[in-house]
Amino acid sequence: MSALRRRKAGNIVMLALTYVAAVLATLPLLFILFHLLQQGASTLTPDFFTNMPRPVGEAGGGMSNAIVGTLILLGIACIIGLPVGVGAGLYLAEKRVGALAMTVRFLSDVLNGLPSIVLGIFAWQFLVRPFGRFSALAGGIALGAMMIPLVTRTTEEMIRLVPNSLREAALALGYPRWRTSLSVILRTAMPGIVTGALVAIARIAGETAPLLFTAFGNAFWSTALDEPIAALPLQIFAYAISPYDEWHAQAWAGALVLIVIVLIISLAARHATRARFGSAAD
Amino acid sequence: MADASAPAGASGGLGSRRRASILAGVARGDRIYQVAITAFALIIPALLVLIAIAIGIAAWPAFAAAGLSFITSSEWNVQAGKFGAAPAIYGTIVSSLIALVLATPLAVGVAIFLSEIAPKWLRQPVAFLVDLLAAIPSVVYGLWGIFFLVPMLRDHVVPFFRDTLHLGNTPLFSGPAYGPSMLAAGVILAIMALPYISAVTREVLLAVPRSQRDAALALGATKWEMIWHAVIPYARSGIIGGVILGLGRALGETMAVTMVIGNRPEISASLLAPGYTMASLIANEFTEATSDLHLSALMAVGAVLFAITLVVNGIARWLVWRVASEPRA
Repeated sequence: MSALRRRKAGNIVMLALTYVAAVLATLPLLFILFHLLQQGASTLTPDFFTNMPRPVGEAGGGMSNAIVGTLILLGIACIIGLPVGVGAGLYLAEKRVGALAMTVRFLSDVLNGLPSIVLGIFAWQFLVRPFGRFSALAGGIALGAMMIPLVTRTTEEMIRLVPNSLREAALALGYPRWRTSLSVILRTAMPGIVTGALVAIARIAGETAPLLFTAFGNAFWSTALDEPIAALPLQIFAYAISPYDEWHAQAWAGALVLIVIVLIISLAARHATRARFGSAAD
Repeated sequence: MADASAPAGASGGLGSRRRASILAGVARGDRIYQVAITAFALIIPALLVLIAIAIGIAAWPAFAAAGLSFITSSEWNVQAGKFGAAPAIYGTIVSSLIALVLATPLAVGVAIFLSEIAPKWLRQPVAFLVDLLAAIPSVVYGLWGIFFLVPMLRDHVVPFFRDTLHLGNTPLFSGPAYGPSMLAAGVILAIMALPYISAVTREVLLAVPRSQRDAALALGATKWEMIWHAVIPYARSGIIGGVILGLGRALGETMAVTMVIGNRPEISASLLAPGYTMASLIANEFTEATSDLHLSALMAVGAVLFAITLVVNGIARWLVWRVASEPRA
């Protein structure tokens, strides 16, 4: 009987260890969120959103230029990433098993796994070097390229969730294929695609590495697309590695703003999916 | 198409010519649509090719100047124009391995917890919290690493290993511990890779058929024996795929590592010594690179990183895909 007891004891120990793993895995997140609130909240005044960065020693600086810069970069990224991603997703969902579809699907996964810094080098070589200056446009294009594989995959998955009978009904009513796809299938899948787009935006909103080579950062107010532009993650990085306490405080406040933006987008994405597809999409 | 339908059109209310022109319009619309979505799909392979070309062009001068010694030499001396990337390659591999050693058991444990053990009400919230780790921007991890993780490792964890466990004389924990180190980079990478590994593992565990579990339980296995002998082996190659996917993330991670690794191009056996990774080397020196050769050397480091992650991701995707496409029992 002792063998059975040993097996039962082992069972309890191992099951308990998985509880420990679950606790350990959630701890870092709670620590990070706690420290962000603790360090960043006191610097986070309305001035932070409306003021420009100030030199060390002057109180009351903010990151208005970086916040606006990040929004501009995200806008450019969406203009590039969304149409390409949705178009490629439509192709993959309709072709399913063709040789080209399989290849594109695989390569889109590979692209998704590439380090973001590699996309920065790509944009730098083609969009910064030939023109001799860093620009918001190059940064937005690098981020847009990062969005493409994310949007492609969610679009494909969401379109596949649309019942085939819907397509057949539209075709039976004499709709051309292209109108069936665009105004029936795509429209039905739209909430899911919006969710995928939001997830992609949340992911690129905090990207820093590709911007080092492209948007570069800017201490001044600039919204010109062919000039270097400030971005929230770049500003956080610059302040975090500086030796000044005031700037460290600014970095924490900036990080808090960035994480709140990312969390709001992520939560909105989850909400949109749940409202449309219920638990099926989870 | 228009010819075949012409008689039917003639007998109906619609004039046959008008009907033919409508059908031709439909066919044209369909053709344009097909061409458009195919073009969008082709952008993805084209983008990869362009990335490869861009990096090739940028890296070529450095490869041409240094040859094979670019990868084998460990002398990275900007003033002397000597560029050997071995310390960065070494640092990339070591920091990623530390990350995997720390993250894999935790991630697999969480995935087992979520798919097999946790009560239903707990699954959603815990899964959500773990997934959120993937949403935190790299630069925020770096900020947290500089001001909390690095001091905590230096003041509490390292003394524990050295004094309590008496490991101070082993090469791994020798030398001064200033703070920024290979260990710090490995720990932060472990936290960052964890959600990716656990998400894939959870997915493949959920794909294991119910009958597999029922059979083990029917033979009298305890719950853990069922998991260990019936579920894990079935999902093994998928889990390995997830781990390699996490490795791909860790290899290319830039900002958080740059901020905590100490950025020194030296190979040291001690985990407490500062180091460099390929990505952090590029990020750290890019703004101060003035000579063309220095710039090109940084891009060549990027080319090596590109090649390594390409291979690693290819293997990972293939493994995960193989499990997902296996016939379900």
